Amino acid sequence: MSDRIRAWIGPLLRWETGLALVVVIIGIVGASVSSQFFTSNNIFNLGLSYGEIAIMTLPMTLIVISGEIDLSVASILGMSSALLGYLWARHWPMLGIFLLVAVVGLAAGAINGLLVTRLGLPSLAVTIGTLAVYRGIATILLGPNTVANFPVTYTNLGVNAFPFTGNDLTYSAAIFIVLAIIFGIVLHATPFGRSVYAMGASVEAAQFAGIRVKRNKTILFMTSGLVCALAGVLLTFRLNTAVQNNGLGLELAVVAIVLLGGVSIFGGKGTVIGVVLGVLAFAGIQNALFLTDFNQEAAGIVTGALLLLSVFGRNAASFSSRLRQWRPARPGRGGGLRARPGQEPGNPAGITPP
Amino acid sequence: MSALVSQSERPPPPAPAGTGARKLTERAFRIRESGIIVVLVVFVAVTASVQPRFLNITNIQFILVNTTVFALLALGETMVVISRNYDLSVGSVLGLSAYLSASLFGGHPGFPIPLAFLAGLGIGLGCGMLNGIMVAAGRVPSLVVTLATLYIFRGIDILIVGGKEVVANSLPSAFLDIPKATVLGIPVIAIVIAVVIGIGAYYLRSFRSGRELYAIGSNPDAARLAGIPIGRRVFVAFTASGAIAGVAGVLWAAQYGTIDSTAGTGYELQVISAVVVGGVAIFGGSGSAVGAALGALLLNTISSALYVLGISPFWNQAIFGFLLLLAITLDRFISVRLTAALRVRGARHE
Amino acid sequence: MRSGPDERFGEDADQMSDSPEGPVLVLRHAAKSFGAVQALVDGSIELNPGEVHALVGENGAGKSTLVKILAGVYQPDAGALLADGREITLHGPAAALAAGIAVIYQEPALFPDLSVAENMFIGRQPLASARRIDRRAMRTEAAAIFARLGVQLDPARIARGLSIADQQVVEIGKAISLEARVIVMDEPTAALSAAEVDRLFDVVRTLRAAGTAVLFISHRLEEVFALCQRVTVMRDGRQVLSRELAGLVPGDLVRAMVGRELAERPPGEQVAPGEPLLTVDRLTREGVFTDISFTVRAGEIVALAGLVGSGRSEVARAIFGIDRYDAGAVTLRGQRLRRGSPTGAMAAGVGFVPEDRRQQGLVMDMSVQQNVALASLGRLRHGGIIRASAERAMAADWASRLKIKYGRLKDPVSMLSGGNQQKVVLAKWLGRKPAVLIVDEPTRGIDVATKAEVHHLLVQLARDGVGVLMISSELPEVLRISDRILVMREGRLMTELAHADASEEEILSAATGQAPPPQAGEAPANGARD
Repeated sequence: MSDRIRAWIGPLLRWETGLALVVVIIGIVGASVSSQFFTSNNIFNLGLSYGEIAIMTLPMTLIVISGEIDLSVASILGMSSALLGYLWARHWPMLGIFLLVAVVGLAAGAINGLLVTRLGLPSLAVTIGTLAVYRGIATILLGPNTVANFPVTYTNLGVNAFPFTGNDLTYSAAIFIVLAIIFGIVLHATPFGRSVYAMGASVEAAQFAGIRVKRNKTILFMTSGLVCALAGVLLTFRLNTAVQNNGLGLELAVVAIVLLGGVSIFGGKGTVIGVVLGVLAFAGIQNALFLTDFNQEAAGIVTGALLLLSVFGRNAASFSSRLRQWRPARPGRGGGLRARPGQEPGNPAGITPP
Repeated sequence: MSALVSQSERPPPPAPAGTGARKLTERAFRIRESGIIVVLVVFVAVTASVQPRFLNITNIQFILVNTTVFALLALGETMVVISRNYDLSVGSVLGLSAYLSASLFGGHPGFPIPLAFLAGLGIGLGCGMLNGIMVAAGRVPSLVVTLATLYIFRGIDILIVGGKEVVANSLPSAFLDIPKATVLGIPVIAIVIAVVIGIGAYYLRSFRSGRELYAIGSNPDAARLAGIPIGRRVFVAFTASGAIAGVAGVLWAAQYGTIDSTAGTGYELQVISAVVVGGVAIFGGSGSAVGAALGALLLNTISSALYVLGISPFWNQAIFGFLLLLAITLDRFISVRLTAALRVRGARHE
Repeated sequence: MRSGPDERFGEDADQMSDSPEGPVLVLRHAAKSFGAVQALVDGSIELNPGEVHALVGENGAGKSTLVKILAGVYQPDAGALLADGREITLHGPAAALAAGIAVIYQEPALFPDLSVAENMFIGRQPLASARRIDRRAMRTEAAAIFARLGVQLDPARIARGLSIADQQVVEIGKAISLEARVIVMDEPTAALSAAEVDRLFDVVRTLRAAGTAVLFISHRLEEVFALCQRVTVMRDGRQVLSRELAGLVPGDLVRAMVGRELAERPPGEQVAPGEPLLTVDRLTREGVFTDISFTVRAGEIVALAGLVGSGRSEVARAIFGIDRYDAGAVTLRGQRLRRGSPTGAMAAGVGFVPEDRRQQGLVMDMSVQQNVALASLGRLRHGGIIRASAERAMAADWASRLKIKYGRLKDPVSMLSGGNQQKVVLAKWLGRKPAVLIVDEPTRGIDVATKAEVHHLLVQLARDGVGVLMISSELPEVLRISDRILVMREGRLMTELAHADASEEEILSAATGQAPPPQAGEAPANGARD
């Protein structure tokens, strides 16, 4: 029994512990800087401001662990928001709109997945392209227009508290918690989740073990599409506005949080708990700055600094663990002319998820 | 046990092994580079036939001037991408440099224009060096580093700008005239930038350190084993990219005149798109600065063509994204065919 | 340290250049540790000019650490490196190159996007005025070097797509252009066809005639005896033997490597083969293999022999579903296997131990436990969740059955030696109790003792009723344990030999399309078997 506990605790004893410490420190500093920090009102506002971003980090976590990346998340969010507004302005029934938005989200993810798995294109380049295409579709749908007359029952989903929990939890925060549990279980305890790690660590070995890499990666992208579409709907209701630039630029925040949460950009490593902590850290810092009247737009500096700290810190951690376990270096591991780009940890060249 | 006779008894092959391979590769490269030009020509032709005013001298000048900033950024980004890195901070560096250099004029009327350029260069140089040190010294992927500095530089820009903006009125007319000067109808700026890009391309092609950038991107492990000073080269590439973005910022200020804290937002992805469309492999190792500049020209031309054709500018982004996808699909297709064909040729000539 | 360009190519290759100048490179009592593991305890070697020196030893004996020290990748914790009698320290690969030491690794590291000539001269390209690169001079120099080596290769051609053999030639050319006086070759023949090995040996003899010292690391003792003049044997991080090869036989080397006599394992009693399990019927993939038909029956070990490039691995991968095929059928116990579906093959009872252990057989970053369980997660599952205790029990069980040496089950599998890693791959598949097990080069890169264990395991498997299809390029291995031998050549099945009729000559003849040598008392066969 204690072995099982150790099995669960062991992997946590690295990045995530340090990050949890950071979150605690942020909490302490935040509370000391502003008396409002831990009020239920503030926590509620945090849920409002960061709920959608938080939700988007979950499928992104699995995608990055599997060795890919999805930069089109914010554009899928924007596209679904635009679609919502477009259809609503044409008097579609809301339930029908939800259905169509979900289908479009799945389709957008499927396109990403197919381009990456069937055509063998690098996900970085593909999702830079689809980032533009999906945002473009959003722009085509709405043009310069704004749709803002959503019914109260739905906008309440954006701004009200989740029932039965007092006034702390927004719908988006509640959805985030539920999704985090689901994604966590899937990633850490199911064969599918194990396959995500295997694909990220070594695609070939995963194939040779009978893992259906193409199918699984496509599923991951489609999940991301669906979840981001959901986030788009939530955002639209919260702002009571559908406009083509909803969510513009959010993909970088999502990636930043995922990396901050300890997920390795090279794939094969990371946990959902880490990313949840990352969300808390990110939101906490931004909020502390907000409460001290720091220029909100410049809070990006903090995001950037956190990101740098997370990768430099990770390198320091892995350096010490490398000293503990000797790993013989392998010459020509890059594969010579069997170009297998992107899988060269430890060289200062850029990351390229295959 | 290995005393085999058959192969060495065959008559030697008529040509040195691999000439076929060389010709094949050259043909592939030519297709790729000329492909951009072909698309460009087709686009221009189609648009001009529908809307003759597309070929107005003013419009052409407009396109060329517009392209200069992106072509410059594409040059810097090419150097980085060739070495299998990415510089996502170029948009933020441009914005920072544009504001700071332009605001020099506001404070001191009669401020010498070359100094403004120098200031922009310096700002960009500093930002680039920061990127370069972090990427080269720490073993951190450049995607992540420049993602972070994209935020950080932009944030610094926002703090400095603080809701203000530089307006065109505050800038000397000589400065604002820079993009307008023409020689025989061709904007001077375009000529200068074309020369700069030519120099850059020549450097990458014909100088040892330039070739080493390609080597680093083509096979980083081999580069290390070959004793190539990876850290130094990558550092220089990022420094150059930053410096170029700094200069581009000053040019941008001269073109637009009004600069606030949003200058340059989103440029990084556009530049990477231009570079990839222009034939630089997303994983590095191949491609040219000229191709990248042509990519920037192509994207700008398309954007202008759409406008002239009356197609809503809202289609721009979707079309650019589609072109990017098309470019990488094409590249992948060519490279897969090429590798297979080369392998066959190599084996046959053994 | 670098000599002038006074290479004396073309001299009689057999001329022994026992140079009076003494050794070119000496490593004396080098030691190297990584954390708690001492990879090298007492590494010593002397390389003389004009001599091919073999370095042999089991995996984990310290060979590669020694090579890395010579290459400047590692700096020894103790001991001395002397070049021409003077002590030197190599701070990195660049320093080694500058000192005239070039290393050619098993998988050459070239730049696929650069030309062959540029690969050779990167960082040192000949310059024209104003420090511009002189491309023509570069190509001419490269062509000259290739001519001296006696190989045909276009210097202007891009490096992408070159065969491994050609890549090695480029690396050797690069070493020559660097005026290397020591060339280290790390398992150069592992991926070469026999013809390519011959060409490589000719090149090495040319190097030798020019006075270069060559360090030749190999597991293939027959090659060592064919090519080298001296040998150093390493065991457990130490040098245990270093002398001229003349007067030695392979058994001596084996004994030195393992420290004991390894009796030739008899192939074991033949068990009468059972029902046909795997039937391959006219399997074809355009340009790769054609009309492959054979059967593997329960209880037998069928070997698929042939030269590298004959298509054996491709056939195996097509059977398992990793690759597709264009025509033909694969049936297991009468049930047709869907093409291109590894999951289908696995479900039907096929296991596949791939050729490349590190990239295909194992997920190196995952633990021993996770690797063993990777193909069995469905069975270890309860209500959708993987049961950790079941996973651990499975891993521990197989580890003890196969006698895998590891620290903890949770250790990353990269920490294990090559032989133990291969056992983990086997455990992964045996845990599924396959009806048919396909193994591709089961003992490549494994030390002699573990090799024997793996052979014993395969024989045992067959006795238990599993049908084993074994692809191997090591003829002694094929002859030792297989019941039937199928020989492939250039994508076609040439012949089938029963164990009793087979010999190395028979197999090799079929593999190369030669007329088989006449048996004693027989008239020579008519023409080549085609």
